[in-house]
Amino acid sequence: MESTNFLWDLFGRNVWTVLAVISLPLLFVLVYALIAILAELKISAWIQERLGPMRTGPWGILQPVAEVIKLLQKEDITPDQSSKLLYNLAPFIIFTGAYAAFAVIPFSSAFVPAGIDVGLFYVFAIGSISAMGIVMGGWASNNKYSLMGAMRSISQLISYEIPAAMAILSVVVLTSSMNMQEISSMQSGGFWNWFIFGGPGGWSKLWVIPFTIGLTIIYFIASLAETNRVPFDIPEGESELVAGFHTEYSGMKFAMFFFAEYANMFVVSAILTTIFLGGWNSPFGDFLQGPWWGVFWFILKSFFIVLLQIWIRWTLPRFRVDQLMHVGWKVLLPLSFVCFVAISLFAMLN
Amino acid sequence: MGEIKRMDLEYSQLDSDRMRINVGPQHPSTHGVLRLEVEVDGEIVTEVVPHLGYLHRSFEKHCEKLNYQQIIPFIDRMDYISAMNNEWPYVMALEKMLDIKVPEKVEYIRVIVAELNRIANHQIAVATFGMDAGAFTPFLYYFRDREAIISILERLSGARLLYNYFRVGGMAADIYPGFKDDCLNVVKQVRKTNAEIMKLLIHNSIFIKRSANVGILTPEVAINYACSGPVLRGSGVAHDLRRDEPYSVYDRFDFEIPVGKGDVGVVGDCWNRNIVRVHEMEQSCRIIEQALAQMPETGDVKAMIPKRIKLPKGEVYMRTENPKGDLGFYIVSNGTDKPERMKARGTSFVNLSVIPEISKGYMFADLILILGSIDIVLGEVDR
Repeated sequence: MESTNFLWDLFGRNVWTVLAVISLPLLFVLVYALIAILAELKISAWIQERLGPMRTGPWGILQPVAEVIKLLQKEDITPDQSSKLLYNLAPFIIFTGAYAAFAVIPFSSAFVPAGIDVGLFYVFAIGSISAMGIVMGGWASNNKYSLMGAMRSISQLISYEIPAAMAILSVVVLTSSMNMQEISSMQSGGFWNWFIFGGPGGWSKLWVIPFTIGLTIIYFIASLAETNRVPFDIPEGESELVAGFHTEYSGMKFAMFFFAEYANMFVVSAILTTIFLGGWNSPFGDFLQGPWWGVFWFILKSFFIVLLQIWIRWTLPRFRVDQLMHVGWKVLLPLSFVCFVAISLFAMLN
Repeated sequence: MGEIKRMDLEYSQLDSDRMRINVGPQHPSTHGVLRLEVEVDGEIVTEVVPHLGYLHRSFEKHCEKLNYQQIIPFIDRMDYISAMNNEWPYVMALEKMLDIKVPEKVEYIRVIVAELNRIANHQIAVATFGMDAGAFTPFLYYFRDREAIISILERLSGARLLYNYFRVGGMAADIYPGFKDDCLNVVKQVRKTNAEIMKLLIHNSIFIKRSANVGILTPEVAINYACSGPVLRGSGVAHDLRRDEPYSVYDRFDFEIPVGKGDVGVVGDCWNRNIVRVHEMEQSCRIIEQALAQMPETGDVKAMIPKRIKLPKGEVYMRTENPKGDLGFYIVSNGTDKPERMKARGTSFVNLSVIPEISKGYMFADLILILGSIDIVLGEVDR
């Protein structure tokens, strides 16, 4: 792929530009996480008729910064009986898993950190790494709550990756590509060409629209489960498991889990945006279309999905473990298969 | 012990190690310093042993060293969420012994503050039950409303939680101007929020999935364990002392006794225990409205308060309908101004004893919900 990256066009491909390309998403994750935490605080306050943080800065907008500083200052406790190496490694692995996924996310038509051809496949592979981190952290803590949280987490991740993978596979069937940049550029020309509405095509695509909308919803639900958000926050279900797999973590390592959770939220939202909501394309055809506007649209859409996740978190109760499995295996999976078959049929007929 | 009820045979034949987990005394959802020693087989609870005493303050022994008037603030600290209701059976027991006829207005004030406190108690019960299920928002809605009730009780008694408002033969203070309007506003707001909570939480399909058919307490078991209050009524037994043994002026009001009907799940499960509380709030609202209308305008609330309380030799037992169930006080008097022996029948203690019976064979997450649906206050369990 040429010209996937404006930095390489401008400065050539050398050590410094590669470093810049790597650190740009990191910069983005840090800023985004602060904004997302503030959004979580403020939206929850708004839903619950509270004010939320008001003391740190005007309307409390510096609250996330204050929280990060607080977490940095806190004592970093390693339990005596824990498996030290795994215990200390786990938060980094989880964060790496979340951050590595940013490598293939197309922020704009002119910027994707690594425009590899198996982007979607890569995202899925790398997403599973965080499950490993969770199990490591939960097991190494030598805490029964952590262990139970980790066990729940792994079963949850495995069962919800399959419907999510089916949803993504359907798009791959439609596009014959796993390159996220290509998938994005295929959806240009207004919201009617997004894959939530069956992708580009004539009137013959009308009958496939219910299935693509269904897949979008299936992917969204599965992504909630993958990021351990309510109603699927069972691995850390505070009312029964205290804090689940990160019960024993404190200070900076806890902050890593925290950041990873928010980073993961953005990753799944970004994938949803890219494959179903047109990626960096403007919803109005050529209006406000372009590399710079692309960044705006992409972040706007992704952040909208993140806000949706926050909204759901403060509205719904939590599932039980067996009910979660029921939803995953007996509801979402068959539905995603049905949609997949329908879309495959559509792709074959076209 | 250790028998698995709900899982099929194939599962129980697997030889798996069981794990013992301590839930509490420091745990986010034990509703106080309760410690449950839980044995789990994977996620299935096989045994629950409650360990009590982390909040034990020798309440009953203390009372033997105190004047009768001095005991009232101690009683507040039993079920500290519904302190107004706690004081009532105690002062009624003394009034019975001393043969004091309480002024009409005092009776109505007592009914109103007790019902207001009952609403506040049920709000916390439903709210924390929702939070046990993972729904945090209803919790804050209820706390917002409870604030109005607490403010009224604060203006009456001077305290927000532990009121010390009842006196033997009267009340510590008369109602303030504007009391009626405040009460009516509270009633209005309670109804509005309850209608909202019904949609947001109670009939939420995830919430129904979580709480229906969980922790089923059959009426027979409930009666055998001497459960009372919403725990008993959730099992379909319409037992309410306000109607069955009308005390004070409760026979003058028109109200219903909500019971678990099993519209969702089965009678006696967590969902039905919880819905009883929501319906009881509505009934309390009705009682408050009627009491406000009937309350005499004039009357000295301190007229019948004796200067010095010296009980005749003998014993007395008086019980009333606390928000959590039957609360009774048994007082043995030796003729002095201090009780010889004082025994409280703590509702939460009795209701808690049913936990090992109804939580075996359910998931670990269900145990937390069952505990939440019982609605205990550790101040009353340990005393």
